[in-house]
Amino acid sequence: MSEERTRVAGAVTSSELLSVVAARELVGRRTVFAGIGLPTLAAELAHLTVAPEIEVVYESGVCGAHPSHLPETIADAVLITGAEAVLTMAALFGSVLQGGHIDVGFLGAAQIDRWGNLNTSVIGEWERPSVRLPGSGGAVEVMANAREVFVVMRRHTPRSFAEELDFCTTPGPDRALADGIRPLGTGVTRVITELGILARDGVGDELRLVAVHPGVTVEQVRAATGWELKVADTVTTVEPPTGAELRLLRDDVDPDRVYLR
Amino acid sequence: MRSSVDRTAAGKVMSMREAVASFVHDGDTVSLEGFTHLIPTAAGHEIIRQGRRDLTVVRMTADIVVDQMLAAGCVTRLVSSFVGNSSAGSLGELRRRIEHADPEPLAYEEYSHYGMVCRYLAGAQRLPFYPLRSYAGSDLPSVNPGIRKVTSPYPAADGTAEQIHVVPPVNPDVTFIHAQRADHRGNTQIWGLTGIQAEAVYAAEKAVVVVEELVADEVVRADPNRTLVPAHAVDAVVVCPRGAHPSFAQGYYDRDNAFYRAWSAISKDPVRLREWLEEWVYGTADHAAYVAKLGEGFWAGLAVGEALSGQVDYGRRL
Repeated sequence: MSEERTRVAGAVTSSELLSVVAARELVGRRTVFAGIGLPTLAAELAHLTVAPEIEVVYESGVCGAHPSHLPETIADAVLITGAEAVLTMAALFGSVLQGGHIDVGFLGAAQIDRWGNLNTSVIGEWERPSVRLPGSGGAVEVMANAREVFVVMRRHTPRSFAEELDFCTTPGPDRALADGIRPLGTGVTRVITELGILARDGVGDELRLVAVHPGVTVEQVRAATGWELKVADTVTTVEPPTGAELRLLRDDVDPDRVYLR
Repeated sequence: MRSSVDRTAAGKVMSMREAVASFVHDGDTVSLEGFTHLIPTAAGHEIIRQGRRDLTVVRMTADIVVDQMLAAGCVTRLVSSFVGNSSAGSLGELRRRIEHADPEPLAYEEYSHYGMVCRYLAGAQRLPFYPLRSYAGSDLPSVNPGIRKVTSPYPAADGTAEQIHVVPPVNPDVTFIHAQRADHRGNTQIWGLTGIQAEAVYAAEKAVVVVEELVADEVVRADPNRTLVPAHAVDAVVVCPRGAHPSFAQGYYDRDNAFYRAWSAISKDPVRLREWLEEWVYGTADHAAYVAKLGEGFWAGLAVGEALSGQVDYGRRL
């Protein structure tokens, strides 16, 4: 490892690490449904590195955005100026998403379980919660219709990686099947956290630990997970962000530090 | 050639005060739509000023204007698919109402975005329900009896019976949308993010269109594809420049991101929130006063550059 790379990598923040790892996972993907924040950074970086053909579809209806500045919201005016298309909500959710045109959807959640089911509604009881969260937005539709779903979780704790969700807002395909409905997509296939990467192949599969960041042990990840976490036969170590990835992320993708912290 | 006679009811252009007084009644179901762009904030503020009570508010992304209407005591029931302050934080009043029934309970009907879209589609088309491939395995149907599951009358590709979730229509008593421009009869043109506005208007019994600019018939007719809502669906046209603040109007003014960030702190403190309402809503006679109070220096900070559309040729045979 070169001296410069060591120096740069030593200063990597959690946002940068998650964005770089998520970007690498987008290799070979074409259409990505992404919200603002880390998914946007990941998709933009992937566009400059492993997936030049990638097209980000925003929940606001923008397809093929060419923003002059990094958008601050999914509805930032800079996404519209110069975009290839702007669709109505009915077209976006009905024809694009439900019509099966999205390869990867990015989602976040307050809680995730071993099957990749997500809670974004409440902590506590739904009727009188201790914390009322924003709810689904389009997450239910993304999970039901995207070919696969990547989840980025900033915090990896037993409360957020829960044995049992307080409420299942967004069900994965296993819950859909149990409800008598055949799911279209494979549900969550990657969970990217500050500790490592969990993966899942499809219906009937639990999330399993496949990679850890340098310096993180398998035991640490197990302890931070609220269920008995399955571990892959071979757990790899995530390659730290390279100097080139970090330079692109910091200088080209988010020079104004809208999301990078 | 047909001359441009006024074929619809005259006198649609009115003040926001008149529109709210005429079309919003205590106990009504009121839809305010605009998906992060063109949010009809000024309409919400006038509903607050006129002290409407017991409203059911229908809005996909219940954000700042809904939090303000909740704090003003206008709303007893909310129908929505996202209850948050964009990506900038929480809605303090909404959370107090739901988490602590403080100062009173709020009935909440929780959907997902496409569930709400389908409710508007069913409402606009006067259908009994609308099917969607969402909710299979979700806990949402267990807390929202509006979300139901039916068996398709047609067999699936493999010959088996197929089940699918459905949502009911929503038919608001009145829908408010904000738009860039309309003519005096209500032909409404929107560009940029067009969201769910057209469906929300057609779903409603009455529709009020709030615009940045009233334009001549010729302006609309030079570009008919840009008309998202035709005059026949519109009952009132309100001219209200900058009426979507703190959201934005593409080509007119930018989003006030600083206010979105500030709202999380303002709304977290119920006293501060009510002081804000006193100063900025009850303390302003109308939206023009609110705009003036913010000051031209403030608006200069939200100014946008120019990016004109190209032109298309609507030419016909000679």
